[in-house]
Amino acid sequence: MSRYELRFSGAGGQGLITAGIIMAKAASIYEGKQAVQSQSYGPEARGGASKSEVIISDGPIDYPKVTQCDALLAMTQEAANKYSHDLKEGGVLLIDSDLVKNVPAGNFKTVAFPIINTAKNEVGREIVANIVALGAMVALTGQVTRENAEKAVLSSVPEAFLELNKKAFSMGFEKALAASA
Amino acid sequence: MSKKVAFLQGNEAAAFGALYAGCDFFAGYPITPSTEVSEVLSAELPKTGGKFLQMEDEIAAMAAILGASLAGAKVLTSTSGPGLSLKQELVGYGCIAEIPCVVYNVMRGGPSTGMPTGPSQSDVMCAKWGTHGDHPAICLTPASVQETYDEVIRAFNLSEKYRTPVMVMPDEIVAHMRERIVFPEPGEVEVIPRKAPTVPPEQYKPYDTSFGDVPPLAAFGSGYKFHVTGLNKMQDGFPTTKAEIVQAEEERQVRKVDANIDDIVQFEEYMLDDAEVVVVAYGSTSRSARYAVNVAREQGIKAGMFRIKTFWPFPDKQIKALACKVKGIVIPEMNLGMCSLELERCAQGKVPVLGIFRVDGEPINPDQILDKIKEVK
Repeated sequence: MSRYELRFSGAGGQGLITAGIIMAKAASIYEGKQAVQSQSYGPEARGGASKSEVIISDGPIDYPKVTQCDALLAMTQEAANKYSHDLKEGGVLLIDSDLVKNVPAGNFKTVAFPIINTAKNEVGREIVANIVALGAMVALTGQVTRENAEKAVLSSVPEAFLELNKKAFSMGFEKALAASA
Repeated sequence: MSKKVAFLQGNEAAAFGALYAGCDFFAGYPITPSTEVSEVLSAELPKTGGKFLQMEDEIAAMAAILGASLAGAKVLTSTSGPGLSLKQELVGYGCIAEIPCVVYNVMRGGPSTGMPTGPSQSDVMCAKWGTHGDHPAICLTPASVQETYDEVIRAFNLSEKYRTPVMVMPDEIVAHMRERIVFPEPGEVEVIPRKAPTVPPEQYKPYDTSFGDVPPLAAFGSGYKFHVTGLNKMQDGFPTTKAEIVQAEEERQVRKVDANIDDIVQFEEYMLDDAEVVVVAYGSTSRSARYAVNVAREQGIKAGMFRIKTFWPFPDKQIKALACKVKGIVIPEMNLGMCSLELERCAQGKVPVLGIFRVDGEPINPDQILDKIKEVK
């Protein structure tokens, strides 16, 4: 059975739980696959470690948490250090190149670009960094089509910010492709 | 027309399940990890004329739903571990006064404030023994978002059918994870209404056993006047200390559940036909167990799973039968061995019961269960 495991990790307040939810929604509502999203976080609302996990499969999903990660997003150095060890051989690691200076070594592919900076300076708002990261994860993992992921983004964000999020998603998608080429 | 689907959290699904079941009154006090139930119902209940009350604490919330239920409402409160402790006196009141209500409790490590954001399964004994005295107990432990929705509806049905409080107890993983859910159409899932009196008000008694073990319950404000108390009572609801009445009434209250175990107890059997090792699991832990059983089978080990859906009343009959069939029982649970004691009681020493007990706020992973399966000789 095809089981694909993603982990979005970083700090509380970076929107990683939302990014995970949208990825899972894209798979389970728009792509016709099955998906489970779960999360763990500390008692603080912002700043503590945060992670969101998504399992995507063609069939029913039993264990809802990551066992061996296929794709990891790390938005802090701490997250990169903590979670890169259980990345599968041949898996993919996406990091924010401004925030993760010590790139973890391993038998996986690492893709790096300045995610938060892209959101801030190229899309125009830092708050959509999670959607930039999501666009990149969609491009790197191939679990859902670009179209279905975009539908999931647009159905999950406030109406006043549709264009902003669309731009953030596209920018992340393109940058990841360019960075991994 | 295709059915409505959504991508929801267990807690959100619970709220929508309650609405499907006809819940029109909620009182609660928000607490992690169950707050989303309050969030959804505070938005949804007023749309259909229902009432949402945020009370000053968990005790008051429990009191409010009992009062509203006596006035004819279908009622829900939601809470978590420490809140469940606070509610217990009034849970007992609901049991002895026979007031239908649903308590949705997301289990949380304890005692006391424990670990608010971590998963736990350490409230299962509190569902039965949290309030003092002999009393019926029904507790459901769902394992998915869809099942949380479905089981909340079933909880309402059981509470109305047996006129007693019913608890639904997911763990934090089930309560907070998101999955696709398919909403049933109106009328597709049975919703059991409360049995109304068939006699005029002047002949009505709230505990009239000539109507069976579950007497009809009139709604306050509908012209029927009756007395409600937490003391042992007679058929008309007034207190008594007459030995034969107290004995008979206590026995009847417990019998409501004990005589209907097959109607209440639900479970899932997975790969049990030729199983030599059975993993008994409930809630999110059953999802790790299923994963482990699948891997064990791939390795040629005859493992299976018995998944408890109804924790109380406990599936004694099924576990006793399993204990005569298998070489060993494995029980993974996020507490220090609560279900394990029940399994040992049912197994009566016939087979070993091997526990995996975790209370560190981390889920039990499939590898741990697989290792334990392999210990069974």
